Amino acid sequence: MHKYIIRRVLQFIPMLFLVTVLVFGLAKAAPGDVLSGEMLDPNIPHEVLEQRREALGLNDPIHIQYWNWLSAVAQGDLGTSMQYANRPVMDLIQARVMNTVYLAIFSLVVTLAVAIPIGIYSAQRKYSLFDYGATTFAFLGLATPNFFAGLLAIWLLSFQFGWFPAQGTTSAVGLSGFELFVDKLRHLVLPGFTLGLASTAVYMRYMRTEILEIKGSDFIRTAHAKGLTKNSVLYKHTLRNALIPIITLLGFEFGFLLSGAVITEAVFNYPGIGTLFLNSISNRDYPVIMAINLILAVTILLGNLLADIFYAVVDPRIRYD
Amino acid sequence: MKGLKTYFYMEGDRVAKAVDGVDFYIDRGETLALVGESGSGKSITSLSVMRLIPEPPGKILEGSIKLDGKELLSLSDGEMRKVRGNDMGMIFQEPMTSLNPVFTIGNQIAETLIKHKKMTKKQAYKKAVELLKIVGFARAEDIVNEYPHQLSGGMRQRAMIAIAMSCDPKLLIADEPTTALDVTIQAQILDLMIDMKEKFDSSILLITHDLGVVAEVADRVMVMYGGQIVEEARADELFTDPQHPYTRGLLGSIPNIDADVERLESIKGQVPPAHRFPQGCRFAPRCEHAMDICRESNPELLETKSKHKVRCYLYEPLSGEGGQSHGTTSREAIRSTKS
Repeated sequence: MHKYIIRRVLQFIPMLFLVTVLVFGLAKAAPGDVLSGEMLDPNIPHEVLEQRREALGLNDPIHIQYWNWLSAVAQGDLGTSMQYANRPVMDLIQARVMNTVYLAIFSLVVTLAVAIPIGIYSAQRKYSLFDYGATTFAFLGLATPNFFAGLLAIWLLSFQFGWFPAQGTTSAVGLSGFELFVDKLRHLVLPGFTLGLASTAVYMRYMRTEILEIKGSDFIRTAHAKGLTKNSVLYKHTLRNALIPIITLLGFEFGFLLSGAVITEAVFNYPGIGTLFLNSISNRDYPVIMAINLILAVTILLGNLLADIFYAVVDPRIRYD
Repeated sequence: MKGLKTYFYMEGDRVAKAVDGVDFYIDRGETLALVGESGSGKSITSLSVMRLIPEPPGKILEGSIKLDGKELLSLSDGEMRKVRGNDMGMIFQEPMTSLNPVFTIGNQIAETLIKHKKMTKKQAYKKAVELLKIVGFARAEDIVNEYPHQLSGGMRQRAMIAIAMSCDPKLLIADEPTTALDVTIQAQILDLMIDMKEKFDSSILLITHDLGVVAEVADRVMVMYGGQIVEEARADELFTDPQHPYTRGLLGSIPNIDADVERLESIKGQVPPAHRFPQGCRFAPRCEHAMDICRESNPELLETKSKHKVRCYLYEPLSGEGGQSHGTTSREAIRSTKS
């Protein structure tokens, strides 16, 4: 087990390296650079720009530039933003990252809490009215784009019924303690459900299919032949096996939540990493784009690493291979 | 078991009569073999005894299954669960997939003991180690903590036997227990089963299509065809004096090391699907001795010799057997055509 984890962590390192190369390469491959915007200003002579390029190291060979960037990143220096008056990128991200984390966690908890019980219940009552209902919901959920589901939720649950706030993270200043918590939670409801909609559909379908498949397997027949109760067969023998593919999905879920957050946060005007990312793209704020790209990629890698380790905990066949 | 009928209801109102009126008994300490081709209904019979028929589409329509005088078919689901694994243990054809891959062997043995014998976890694990030793594991203390994928097929079947025997059952049902194993391992597993039967003073219902296995371990044999028993006899008798043309066909298709034959005998045709049995004798379409009466009505299973029953019009029932007469052709007639 320890060997497996160590091996898996070691595999993580070259992947991380590749990711930094890609993030850097993509930013470099995009047209223009930090000074492109200022080129349009006729008051700045061309020579001055060239001097500043030289000073910033933008004329250095590409590997030197990469090395400089990488060593800065390694020390926690993600550069400075251009759209926000040269504020360090790190500050910008720190100010927003927790909002996105709350949104992701809320969405994930809701997804699992809804999808897994419904998936199990659906499988238990295959082809029942409930099962058909859940299946219809799943396909609708999969087919509805995030932004549309978000707008629909705002129109219906916020404007028509007024149940939940439609934007931001808090509605009033000066709240504290439990009240603040509840207020934040209420703000999370609409974006959280919107963000989790597609995943809920996917997990529900996976859960249902897996349980149905495992129910027909030989070892479940053995479990019945041992005289175990229905619940013991379902919750011990079936579920433990059915959760294995769900864990793989969870590994991808981290990346999915963060990238989905870009659109969802924009729709709900939610001040997280996603809105920052979107703004940076429209303003060609490359240092911020690179930083967020890097964070996204590392999160996905970490998610997969965690999934692999957790996978081994659940499925003994993996540990010794 | 008396008059058991297990039918499967399929799409389009078709009814598959997988088990269609089967009677048998097993004495304490006896090994009864149920033999037949794929699709003859032997596995469904064994699953019916455990009441493990998936329902729907299957259904045990009528009949009676008694274990030590207790009627199993009238038990509630909950009561039946107390019988399964406790009074009756079962092992299956596929040892590779019959154990849950994510739990240790010890866990899977202990689970049954905790359920039926109300043992604590600790007691159950201790008993699991003992059981593993009994079924022939030298490193039983390690095996309890190992997972099924770490064991070979033969070892897994041993573990399955340990599970099946854990609660000291009255009956061990073995559904093709050696089919998926190497020949050398097959013999070991069969020996182990017989050994267990003696040690735990239980009986065995052995389902197989392998007559070699039958010859090795069975006391009594029933040959099944088309959801019905077509012949029943003591094992030695069945091999020396097979009567039903189907049984003869089965025996004829075993390679004989002494005989120099160009081509092995085979029974022409296939088992008819269980929703489309012929009107008369179910074997008639494949039988080379079929007469007109065979295509019209299905013969009954009647005793033609002491402790030897056959479902065939070629044989006269023993005098005193009431009812139906089995035509006039003598047993010698079929012998002469056969050899």
